[in-house]
Amino acid sequence: MSAAPTTTPPPTAPAGTNEPAGPVSSAGPARPTPAARLRKAAVYALLSLGLLLMVAPFLWMGLSAFKTDRELNASPPVWIPTEWTTEHFGELLDKLDVPLYFLNSLTVAVLVTLCNLVFCSMLGYALAKLRFGGKNKIFALVLAALMVPGNLMLLPLFVLMSKLQLIDSYAGLVLPFAAQAFGVFLMRQFMQSIPDELLEAARIDGAREWYIFWRIAMPLVKPALATLSILIFLGSWNNFVWPLIATNDPGKYTLPVALATFATDPNQSDGSNGMLMVGSLLIILPVLLVFMVLQRHFTQGLATTGLK
Amino acid sequence: MSTTTEPAAHAAPVKTGPGAPPPPGGAGRRGLRPVAVQHRAGWLFSTPFLVLFAVFMALPIVATLVMSFTDFGLRNVTDPFSAEFIGFENYTKLMDDEKFLTSLFNTAYFVVVGVPLTVGVGLFVAVLLNNGIDRARTFFRVGFYAPVVTSIVAIAVVWRFVLDPSDGLIAGLASEVGLTSPDFLGSEALAMPSLIVMAVWRNLGTVMVLFIAGLQAIPPDIREAARLDGASTWQEFRRITVPLLRPTMLYTTVITTIGYLNVFEEPFVMTQGGPSNSTLTVSLSMYREGFNFFHMGYASAMAYVLFVVIMAITVLQLRLLKDNTK
Repeated sequence: MSAAPTTTPPPTAPAGTNEPAGPVSSAGPARPTPAARLRKAAVYALLSLGLLLMVAPFLWMGLSAFKTDRELNASPPVWIPTEWTTEHFGELLDKLDVPLYFLNSLTVAVLVTLCNLVFCSMLGYALAKLRFGGKNKIFALVLAALMVPGNLMLLPLFVLMSKLQLIDSYAGLVLPFAAQAFGVFLMRQFMQSIPDELLEAARIDGAREWYIFWRIAMPLVKPALATLSILIFLGSWNNFVWPLIATNDPGKYTLPVALATFATDPNQSDGSNGMLMVGSLLIILPVLLVFMVLQRHFTQGLATTGLK
Repeated sequence: MSTTTEPAAHAAPVKTGPGAPPPPGGAGRRGLRPVAVQHRAGWLFSTPFLVLFAVFMALPIVATLVMSFTDFGLRNVTDPFSAEFIGFENYTKLMDDEKFLTSLFNTAYFVVVGVPLTVGVGLFVAVLLNNGIDRARTFFRVGFYAPVVTSIVAIAVVWRFVLDPSDGLIAGLASEVGLTSPDFLGSEALAMPSLIVMAVWRNLGTVMVLFIAGLQAIPPDIREAARLDGASTWQEFRRITVPLLRPTMLYTTVITTIGYLNVFEEPFVMTQGGPSNSTLTVSLSMYREGFNFFHMGYASAMAYVLFVVIMAITVLQLRLLKDNTK
């Protein structure tokens, strides 16, 4: 996707750019006119303003976590703290067992991710590379599953989990998300790019399908596996509604559920914005870091599931 | 795991003799192994997904439908089969339930205003990012996408602060210039628009990324040709970009509509449906009836009404938007 500019033959500016800025190309104007420059400046200004609106809440959260109560409640608001303090971190850790909730979220997210990596890849491989009766029906099922709103399942799922005694358990949090249709869809798209000749060669050599899948196909779709991991991990980490329903014991809360419960309990949080800002920061920091490093995979995954 | 590392050579000859005939229909290079092996492998590979799908998706979907015709309540959580069939009573009750009708209206409001805003702004940002600039593109993209990867709980904490009428960010900035901030979330007229703005902020990135992918799939030579023929930027956008972007537009509109018809998290964490039910959405109603009051049969009926509405609107959108391309 983002490689498009380098693969287009004429060495103009990045593909799709209105005004070739760099090297002179045969097509288009040789040098940006003043009007074009002005327009470009306007675009940058507009985008920067938009970006500021998008990230201002994050900046505020990050800065507020280090403010004293006086500056937190100051009106007009103070953006940059004059005296930096980490007291809210200690305060929150005293009142809320953050490491436990962090670990709960992490465990659930890792288990959900591993399950999806295996199950979605298996079906994705079968749908892309194996010929078997019923394949088209299974694929239709996957597509249909993509369209069903999650809220439709909540009530019986809760009853089912109660009956299975899986409320307040990791299994109860993991199982409903262990094989997601969009993961199958994504893996199928990527598995299709594997050349059939390669798999045939392995089959001629007498390799079994599981071996071919695990040792030949899987290593070839590593970028797809990375994409899927990120999307699933993130979805699980941020999941709110199901963990809220499927846990009653505070010891099994995930981080978002714990923080939301804490925030709405005036006895505990004392209405202190500082602690809530710290808590929010702790929820988003891991994913924001991972996201910034691996953002290309995100966009690739979205584009793949979205368009092909 | 360790068994898979062996090339399984000893097992193979059983199925594929060297002289195994190609399958009927003779798809040459695929036919070296009997189709039956692939058939069995195909089903084995599908099994884990299908089992999980059956238990945690298909069963609940059917169960919701069945429950919607019963008086399923709290006691039935432990004893599901003692629920009584009451026919369409839940559904007829819904049609007279003023709260439910309000929630339908509110959901429609959210969709009708929210979807065009989200798709429109997302397209605008994508076009600017794709055509207007050549530097820091990744930087901008990451910034616009950041809210998508953020937990709703964290978003709620910050947005509550932004919108707080007494010591919030907007209130503070307003007082700087001598104005007083309205009580966004406490006002019946402003609560829903506030949630819509928040949702646009939160979902813009998804739409933007899809549009960028769509824009980059447009062959550059088409634009080049248009420009050589003297098309203005606006003409190029109207006559080339928009038509070629139709599939993406259709897709983003449909998924955003489905998402917004289901809207639950924003009102749940920000307003709990208030003030005076002005932000009560169908999903939130369903959640409350189901998990706060344990009127699960009734809540199931709500879920199915919403599901049918979503299906109908999706089909309608696919029809309308597809026809337009011709």
